[in-house]
Amino acid sequence: MLRFDDLLVRQGGFDLTANITIPAGITALIGPSGAGKSTLLNVIAGFVPAASGRVLWHDTEITTRPPAQRPVAMLFQDNNLFAHLSLTENLALALTRKRPTASERARMEAALERVGLPGLGARKPAELSGGQQSRVALARVLLQSRPLVLLDEPFAALGPALKIEMLDLVAEVAGEDGLQVLMVSHDPQDALRIATRSAVVSDGSVAAPEPTAELLRSPPAALARYLGVHSGPGKE
Amino acid sequence: MAQRALPIGAALLVAGMVILPVTAVFWRGGGPGTLGPADWAALRFTLWQAALSAALSTALAIPVARALSRRRFPGRSGLVALMGAPFILPVIVAILGLLAVFGGNGLINRIGAPLGLPRLDIYGYHGVILAHVFFNLPLAVRLILQGWLSIPAERFRLAASLDAPVWRVLERPMLRRVCPGAFGVIFVICLGSFAVALTLGGGPRATTVELAIYQAFRFDFDLGKAATLAVLQLCLGLGAGALALRLAPREGFGTGLDRLTDRWDGRGRLPRVIDALWILLAAAFLLAPLGAVALSGLPGLPALPAEVWSAAARSLALALGATALTLALALPLLSAPGEVAALLGISVSGLVLGTGYFLLLQPLIRPAEVALPVTMLVNALMALPFVIRILRPGLEAARADYGRLAAALGLTGWRLWRIVYLPRLRRPLGFAAGLTAALSMGDLGVITLFADGDTATLPLQVYRLMGSYQMEAARAAALLLLALSLGLFWGFDRGGRANAAI
Repeated sequence: MLRFDDLLVRQGGFDLTANITIPAGITALIGPSGAGKSTLLNVIAGFVPAASGRVLWHDTEITTRPPAQRPVAMLFQDNNLFAHLSLTENLALALTRKRPTASERARMEAALERVGLPGLGARKPAELSGGQQSRVALARVLLQSRPLVLLDEPFAALGPALKIEMLDLVAEVAGEDGLQVLMVSHDPQDALRIATRSAVVSDGSVAAPEPTAELLRSPPAALARYLGVHSGPGKE
Repeated sequence: MAQRALPIGAALLVAGMVILPVTAVFWRGGGPGTLGPADWAALRFTLWQAALSAALSTALAIPVARALSRRRFPGRSGLVALMGAPFILPVIVAILGLLAVFGGNGLINRIGAPLGLPRLDIYGYHGVILAHVFFNLPLAVRLILQGWLSIPAERFRLAASLDAPVWRVLERPMLRRVCPGAFGVIFVICLGSFAVALTLGGGPRATTVELAIYQAFRFDFDLGKAATLAVLQLCLGLGAGALALRLAPREGFGTGLDRLTDRWDGRGRLPRVIDALWILLAAAFLLAPLGAVALSGLPGLPALPAEVWSAAARSLALALGATALTLALALPLLSAPGEVAALLGISVSGLVLGTGYFLLLQPLIRPAEVALPVTMLVNALMALPFVIRILRPGLEAARADYGRLAAALGLTGWRLWRIVYLPRLRRPLGFAAGLTAALSMGDLGVITLFADGDTATLPLQVYRLMGSYQMEAARAAALLLLALSLGLFWGFDRGGRANAAI
């Protein structure tokens, strides 16, 4: 459970406020581009400081913790893998500061197998397709075993079928490992597919999450403008 | 906080190592003297020739770098390595080569005279500028070529698929980022020109401030006047360095995934012919003097005196030590303030630094005993600005691309360097190390103030052989010096480009 307590983020002349609770499960952040969806993820991950207010994970404040000490694993839009390191070396960074032990090697191999790439550990990222690179990045996130996973549109560059495949894989492993997921999306279909709830980010604030299907059926005005549909009744 | 302490400490150390000897020169010289009209003429000439040399070098480098970046031909990697040669070429060897081609009895005059062409005279301001372009054109080519290679292959693919004008969307922005820095570096180098002006210039119309400093030391032993000229030189260098920093914009290109660079433009006949011409012209301009040195040195090699070999061993140790010292100082200084601190080193002439150290150490120890450590230190200070300029863009790119990922994984301090930055910097690190080693190998500056018979370096040995008219041995020793300098550069650069080179 993630909570924003009077959070204010200031970037340039742009303000974003949030005062909501996001319960466990998969939640999508939807809204027009430039509304601050990625910024919010960067605040949670610790890459952008909050101007005021607090970020809480299960009632523990994490507002000022350094990125590596947060309960967070994040998939960025790109550069999720070090291009000069083999897949195994990339994965090892999630587990240890030393040479990986035999049991850690086994865990890495198991993670690769889980994302459908068994035995490819010696390859470099450039030798893989975009979809395979996404899978390795996801394997790394799994090995980090942090309870909160942030997705900053890491699959945006993939084809529709591949993207759906990856989203399903995320939903599957998140369900199995009991991970909370917060994903940025500009495609309502993505949210509809795996996010039980969605929160609308627009006009400088983050609304409380609502069940995705319901939200998309009768969208509030800001979301309706973004989606290009008519606003639902009683949602103004 | 410890992460900030190291860069600040290194910056202070570098600044101190420059400021201390300058202060010593001032103190001993009894304060600033007065500058005469000849000194002002030297200042004017210094600025004018440096600007012209830098502009010519950068402008000529653009078509050459472009041709090299997009053409594959046999010997390409050899030519790229040779592009590093004249800059790292020991000055005394290069001057011999240039004289052999452009001198009074040189190749050009011997071909031109029967054809009735006017006789070329290399002595004077045009000789100085010619030599500066010879030394710095390849540096400009390398810097600009690195800019070209830093454009990710994906961008060329994107441009090709969009049929977008590569020049406007990729190359011109890259050049606007890279060229001001290249111009600035060469301008600063030419401001501090000493050996070239000493051998090819001189007289009221072609004396640089640096040469004036030398004359004040050597002929007048007027330390006050030399110190005043040194302050003038310092202001010149700092001003130019600040300008170069201002001119170089900050933004960079994203990462490609270390794939080979392929491109789809410039495949017509005319662009290919033009590229070939540029490559041939540049190769001839650089290779002819080097070839002349190699040919004339070969016969004397078997009969080299023993002291040449011991000097060569001493120079090798010196070069490797200076390289290690430079990299150790450079890595914590890869920031804008660090670059400013390092520019201090090149803004003061090596001769002034050396004299300062001489004055500081003389009461404590016999100068000859510290000849090699002091030369190593001064060499490191001289190489530092180049090394930082070469490494910084790569580090900034690595930070921009992988900073968040590294932070998320908790990579900090030495681990961050070992796992992320050093591997990403592999290519520029190799280039920088090669440059430093070769520069130190061929340096003939401070050592002349300190060395006695037992501590001569190889360049000094060449100089002494020339002075005693043992020309055959001098040419052979020069060839050995050339081979060692190029070998050091090639070895390091090759190590860095291992799988990155095309």
